[in-house]
Amino acid sequence: MSEHHDPSNVTNPEHAEHHIVTPMTYTIIFGTLLTFTGITVGAAFIDLGIFNPIIALAIASIKAVIVILFFMHVFYQSNLVKMTVSAGFFTFLVLITMTLTDYISRAWGLW
Amino acid sequence: MDNALVATHHHTDETAVHEEHEHVVLPQHRHHFETEQQQREAGTFGMWLFLLTEIMFFGGLFFAYLLYRNWYHDAFVAASNQLSIPLGATNTAILIGSGFFMALGVWAAEVRKKGLLVLFLVITTVLGFAFLGIKYVEYHEKWEKHHIPGEHFDVSEFVNPQAYGLKEQPLAPDMAQKTQVFFSLYFAMTGMHALHMIIGIGLLFWLTWRAYRGEFSSGYVAPIENFGLYWHFVDIVWIFLFPLLYLINRHPGS
Repeated sequence: MSEHHDPSNVTNPEHAEHHIVTPMTYTIIFGTLLTFTGITVGAAFIDLGIFNPIIALAIASIKAVIVILFFMHVFYQSNLVKMTVSAGFFTFLVLITMTLTDYISRAWGLW
Repeated sequence: MDNALVATHHHTDETAVHEEHEHVVLPQHRHHFETEQQQREAGTFGMWLFLLTEIMFFGGLFFAYLLYRNWYHDAFVAASNQLSIPLGATNTAILIGSGFFMALGVWAAEVRKKGLLVLFLVITTVLGFAFLGIKYVEYHEKWEKHHIPGEHFDVSEFVNPQAYGLKEQPLAPDMAQKTQVFFSLYFAMTGMHALHMIIGIGLLFWLTWRAYRGEFSSGYVAPIENFGLYWHFVDIVWIFLFPLLYLINRHPGS
C-alpha cells in the first residue's frame, strides 16, 4: 500500500502493517492460559485469608489481558483500536468506582 | 482528497492483483473504502465498540454480585460452596480450548486454507456444545436440590448443613434465605453467558457453511476475525465468572 501516492495520508495513517499471528504464538498463549487456570484452582484450596479473592481476581485479570492482547490481536492493532479498547475499560472502572463510593459511604459512621 | 489516490500500481505480488482492476468490487474492499486496511480497521473498530457495550452490560451484573457478596457474605460463601470446582475448571479449560481453535481459524482464513478453517470452526463449535452440556449437568443438579430461587427454594442444606454431610457453619434462617440472592445472580450471570454462547454457536453454523463455500479463503477474513473477537469476549466473561462464583468463597482452613 506504500506504493499509493497518498499526500493527505488517509489510506493508512498509522502505517500499520497487517500482522498474521502464527499458530505457534496461539499455542504458547493457550498453554499459558491453561497454566494460569491450574494456578487459580490450586490457590483456591490454600487458605490465604483476604488474599484468596485478590489472587483469584488478579489471575483472572492477567488471563483476560493475555486473551485481549493476543487472541483478540489488540497487541498488533493500530493505536486507534488500542485507545478504543483501553478507553472502554477505563470508563468501566470509573463507573464501578463511583458506584462503589456511593454504596460504601451510604452508612458512613453509622456502624 | 480528490487527488489522494493516483493509481500508480507496480504490483508483482499476486495477492494485490485486483487493485489493477479498480472496477472489481471485492468483499474485503468495498468501493467506499480507500484501501483494504482502511475497511478492515473500520470493521475492527466497530466490533470493539459493540464489545464495549457488552462489557458494560456484563459489568452491571458483576457489580451487583460484588455488592450483594459484601452484604450477605455468609450466605454467598455457603451457596458458592455448592458449586463443583471440577466441573467449573473443566468448563474453563474447554472454553479456553474453544477460543484457541477459533484463533487458529482466523489464522487459517488469513493464509487461505479452506479445509483447515472449516475444521477449526467445527472444533470450536463442538467445544462450545461440550461447555453447554456440562452447564446443563450443573443446572440440573440445582433443579433437583431445589436450589432454583423462588417458591420452591429449599434452605435446609444451609440451616442444617451437618445433616447433609457439609462442613459449613449453619446459617440463621433469614441469612439462609439470602442464598437465593446468590443463586439468582448465579443463574443470571451464567445464563446470560450461556445465551451468548448459544448465539455464538448459531453464528458458527452460518460461518462454517460460508467457509465451506470458500467465501473466507480468498482474502476476505473480516467476518471470521470479528466473530473471533465476539467468541473471545465470551471467553473473558467466563474467565471472571469462574473464580468469582466457584473459587473465592472456599475456606480451606475450616
